[in-house]
Amino acid sequence: MVSKLIDGVQGKARRRQRLFKSLEGYLYISPWLIGFLVFTAIPLLSSIWISMTEWNLFSSPTFVGTDNYTKLWSDPLFWQALKVTGKYVLASVPLRLVIGFSIAVLLNNKLPGMGFFRTIFYLPNVTSGVAVSLLWLWIFNPEFGVLNAILAKVGIAGPAWLLSETWALPAIVITSLWTVGGSMIIYLAGLQGIPSQLYEAVDIDGGSWFSKLTNVTIPMMTPIIFYNLIMGIINSFQVFTDAYIMTNGGPHNATLFYVLYLYKNAFQYFEMGYASALAWVLFLLILAFTILVFKSSSLWVYYESEVKKG
Amino acid sequence: MQYVTSKKRQEKLGNIAVYAILLLGAFIIMLPVAWMFSTALKDSGSVFLFPPDWIPNPVRWDNFGKAIAAIPFWQFLQNTLTITLFAVIGQVCSAALVGFGFARLDFPGRNILFLLVLSTMMLPGIVTTVPVFMMFKSLGWINTFLPLIVPSYFGGRAYYIFVMRQFFMSTPLELDEAARIDGCGTFKIFLHILVPLAKPALLTVGILNFMNHWSDFMGPLIYLNDTAKYTLSLGLNLFRGMYQTDWNLLMAATILVMIPSVILFFLAQKQFVQGIVVSGVKG
Repeated sequence: MVSKLIDGVQGKARRRQRLFKSLEGYLYISPWLIGFLVFTAIPLLSSIWISMTEWNLFSSPTFVGTDNYTKLWSDPLFWQALKVTGKYVLASVPLRLVIGFSIAVLLNNKLPGMGFFRTIFYLPNVTSGVAVSLLWLWIFNPEFGVLNAILAKVGIAGPAWLLSETWALPAIVITSLWTVGGSMIIYLAGLQGIPSQLYEAVDIDGGSWFSKLTNVTIPMMTPIIFYNLIMGIINSFQVFTDAYIMTNGGPHNATLFYVLYLYKNAFQYFEMGYASALAWVLFLLILAFTILVFKSSSLWVYYESEVKKG
Repeated sequence: MQYVTSKKRQEKLGNIAVYAILLLGAFIIMLPVAWMFSTALKDSGSVFLFPPDWIPNPVRWDNFGKAIAAIPFWQFLQNTLTITLFAVIGQVCSAALVGFGFARLDFPGRNILFLLVLSTMMLPGIVTTVPVFMMFKSLGWINTFLPLIVPSYFGGRAYYIFVMRQFFMSTPLELDEAARIDGCGTFKIFLHILVPLAKPALLTVGILNFMNHWSDFMGPLIYLNDTAKYTLSLGLNLFRGMYQTDWNLLMAATILVMIPSVILFFLAQKQFVQGIVVSGVKG
């Protein structure tokens, strides 16, 4: 009887202690918890509602159902924005991947001076935003810019770059390649984590550097390639500053990036409902791409733990 | 014997090829920087020469002074520093607290909530921009620094929480246990044992976050209306609108905006690289 009573009291105390520990945990993560609700979850849900209204900020919203989405379907600029952004993602993401990976493989040679090169390649990432956009705006200047001066030296008459409907988008892709060092650093860290025994095994088999690359380096790096691919896709869908500063979407909407179009609708035409519909479509598109890459990962991403388990 | 020497020679040739490609790459990467400095030091006339001269003649150091005088540079610098400083303090504190909570404390739903943190890292920010703007507008915060600062105090970017959590996961648990036996409460353990240990990670978060706020463009563009409240990013854009063809002054201003980030990078290269690497390799 008494022992039962003591058990009961102890149980209560233990439960209270556990409750206290839980509350303490929630207390520590509460800044994020509140922030997540206020700045992410609630806005995300309310933007569904906003996307079903006509709301110009100065008057109260009127409910219009799915009008914004049907309007979007027949809006040529929406399709143009989608096309521009799609082309950019298809060009920039693979180029950045291949170039970033290649430089990382070269830097992973144990040779003197590699630290210096790493710093140089990474340096453009330190500065970003308006400053970088302005610099490249000047580089691409068709009359006095340095790029066309260099091209003229080898006998090529350079295009009008940002003023040309054909060359404006490639110019922005080139700009994006300048900061390829960001993904390079991540690849490099991954390469340095590959156990050297794996390479020694290839050496014993008499394999060349090429077989090292295809049989060891690339398979071991697939998780990191996967990570960079996902983040690259998500970021490339959201290009804004380069487009805003360098072309403002022109010439003739040739560089009307999706987020730029969204920004214009929201903060220049004050079409908050329509902008929210655009935002949701973008969100679903990025989500679909991300899921696609995730699904494909079982085919090509190699995790060491799988082998250990198997 | 012959086999060995031929292999050595092959290796040597390989190394030469590696250096050649890297030198070419480094040259291409640095060319825009050289061009920027070359333009910034030219006088107005020689900017419009074709083909351009690489070495400015005469060298106009006073372009920097002119660029500073052309816009309220010091005002913009002060605004940028105010936003950046307060935002970074909030980001470092909240990321440390939340990261500690996820790494060291046990509570129901912890793993699911942490998964939520990770998934917000992949959420495109633009999706919530409009409703968040509406919210700040209804609070009367438009044209103030608050929308650019306050979110940092509530976890800010999920990425930094992730960096701190990874760091706390890697510090030995025995330290906490020893302190707990000595009668330390959780907050005391956090503040007196883990925070001092976490200095490198805190520095990483601070530096990366500083860069984000320093060069942020869309945030200030949406929230700040008065020129007097502009940040350097907006100021640079304003400058471009006013001095469209004065490329020498524009490049001088661009250099001035870039310099603090570059200096910070060279001072803390290690923290920089570590912070970026945490995400890719351990994530």
